[in-house]
Amino acid sequence: MTRRFLAVLKARNLEFLRDRAALGWNIVLPVLIVIGMWFIFSGGDKPLFKVAVLDGGKSIAQVDLAFLKTRYVDFYPVADLRQTEPKVAHNQIDMLLDATDPKAPRYWVNETSPKGYILEKILDGATDVHYTRATVSGRAINYVDWLIPGVLGMNMMFSCLFGVGYVIVRYRKNGFLKRLNATPLKAFEFITAQVVSRLLLIMSITLIVFIGTKLLIHFYMAGSYWLLLLDAVLGAVCMISLGLLVAARVGSEEFAGGLLNLASWPMMFLSGVWFSLEGSPQWIQDIARVFPLTQMLDGARKIMLDGAGISDVWPQLLSMTCMSALFLGLGSFGFKWKNE
Amino acid sequence: MAAILEVRDLVKRYPGVTAVDGIGFSVERGECFGLLGPNGAGKTTTVEMMEGITEPSAGQVLYRDKPVDARFRQEVGIQFQSTALQDFLTVRETLQLFRSFYAKGMEVDELVQMCSLQEYVDRDARKLSGGQRQRLLLALALVNDPEILFLDEPTTGLDPQARRNFWELIRIIKSRHKTVVLTTHYMEEAFLLCDRIAIMDHGHIIAEGPPNKLLAKHFHDVILQLPKEDVHLSGVELGLELHEVGDYLEIQTADVDGTLQRLMEKKVPLGKLQIRARTLEDLFLELTGKELRA
Repeated sequence: MTRRFLAVLKARNLEFLRDRAALGWNIVLPVLIVIGMWFIFSGGDKPLFKVAVLDGGKSIAQVDLAFLKTRYVDFYPVADLRQTEPKVAHNQIDMLLDATDPKAPRYWVNETSPKGYILEKILDGATDVHYTRATVSGRAINYVDWLIPGVLGMNMMFSCLFGVGYVIVRYRKNGFLKRLNATPLKAFEFITAQVVSRLLLIMSITLIVFIGTKLLIHFYMAGSYWLLLLDAVLGAVCMISLGLLVAARVGSEEFAGGLLNLASWPMMFLSGVWFSLEGSPQWIQDIARVFPLTQMLDGARKIMLDGAGISDVWPQLLSMTCMSALFLGLGSFGFKWKNE
Repeated sequence: MAAILEVRDLVKRYPGVTAVDGIGFSVERGECFGLLGPNGAGKTTTVEMMEGITEPSAGQVLYRDKPVDARFRQEVGIQFQSTALQDFLTVRETLQLFRSFYAKGMEVDELVQMCSLQEYVDRDARKLSGGQRQRLLLALALVNDPEILFLDEPTTGLDPQARRNFWELIRIIKSRHKTVVLTTHYMEEAFLLCDRIAIMDHGHIIAEGPPNKLLAKHFHDVILQLPKEDVHLSGVELGLELHEVGDYLEIQTADVDGTLQRLMEKKVPLGKLQIRARTLEDLFLELTGKELRA
């Protein structure tokens, strides 16, 4: 079994390394991402106003504070002060306002946040009541620190889903899988070899982008690199397995492309790649939780921004492991070697 | 001889069509068995059910008197009608990949030698010519030194020279006492290579037996061919039944001496006369009333 697995793994790696167009693109793309991120973020942070409001059970509209009428600021209610405070530090939100007592409101801002600074200036202009300033503890996190795992994760997701899904469908369409089926090779051996081959490739590329971006942008990294690697490996395995599941029975590249898009686009927007889902409806956050990318990014941000240890991120690691086993199991069980 | 493979009441239905309709036959150890028929007769479907690649709708395939199991995969070699190989691998790497799937088999160098692939062994498999590629596919089918070898239309699309080279290879394999199951729509190929054949049409077997015996059973005559331009008399005037086939007139006769005598009497020039024996193509026409390659 190991011999057959290793033979398929070696053949797939050779195929990839000799396909100059694919290899070239996989080398160029990460370089472009690093350059793009450096270009975008070297100039400083981008303004984005998000204010969490502790409203003491009332709706924000019922709280009588002039500041809450400010346009172009997204005010959304939160219930727990202790849970929300670190999000100010991490720039997931720009300000936390405690309006449970409208006569003596308090607010928290990130000392280094440009958005927090501007919001504070707006507060200074409010004359209806005195706002008490509080500072948040912990290192301030810039938007770029928050975004880096998102962009790396998104790149991994596309490579995982499409890199493996298309290859399987092409093998099936041109009859190569049917030929393999005429040998003692088992579906699980073939599929596992595809997963490992793609995993090696994706992790190498992601590592290059991570190091390149770290050197150029000096983003924040609070936790263990090894734990981050584990999170990334489990996330990649999970998304490759999802790509394999999609490709397990499909006979045409066009249909596979549609299905893979159907899997990737919701993740792109709902897994917190570009912006935090803080403040979005609960049902959207619940849906997002079933996406492998959400789990991987949640884990990565906890490790990178909060310095979380394995005891903090085990739910993410476990859910990715379970999803991988489910996808691989279903993919192997339902695997079709040939088109009818 | 004992049957190594037995097909019993095999049926394959697809929506709206029955591709194989209750056929049965057996393949004996060490023989070359040919499935012959036009395109769409059900040959490939039959052979893929025998290989265990396609699930039959009904019926059974027995290998060494037992239903096909995991051991079967280790002991058979298969060459499909059309197949792609993994891109960017050389001939040697492709052979090594397939060799690794089997517990036992032939050495890669031995296969390269046997299938005359020495010249191309380090070439990208996609860059082989039709004949070279078929030889590589045959080498892949032989990689596990199989007990039984399935070849599905192995010479379709090859030029005559490449086809003859391939036949030579199959003769070598036969000389090693391997059982070969061959599908083809080339009569000459079946006649030259097969010990026994089954002729298929519309999912049924319409004749089965050694090619020579089948021909002897159905035909007792030969065919004389003359160019049309050399024959200026009608069949009635000649007292013979003439059949027009392209630029030739054909006379079917069991009495060659008498027919030649008559043609000479009528001063028909015989310089371009050809005499040919009955072929499997004639047999198919006789049995079905249609051309085999239609």
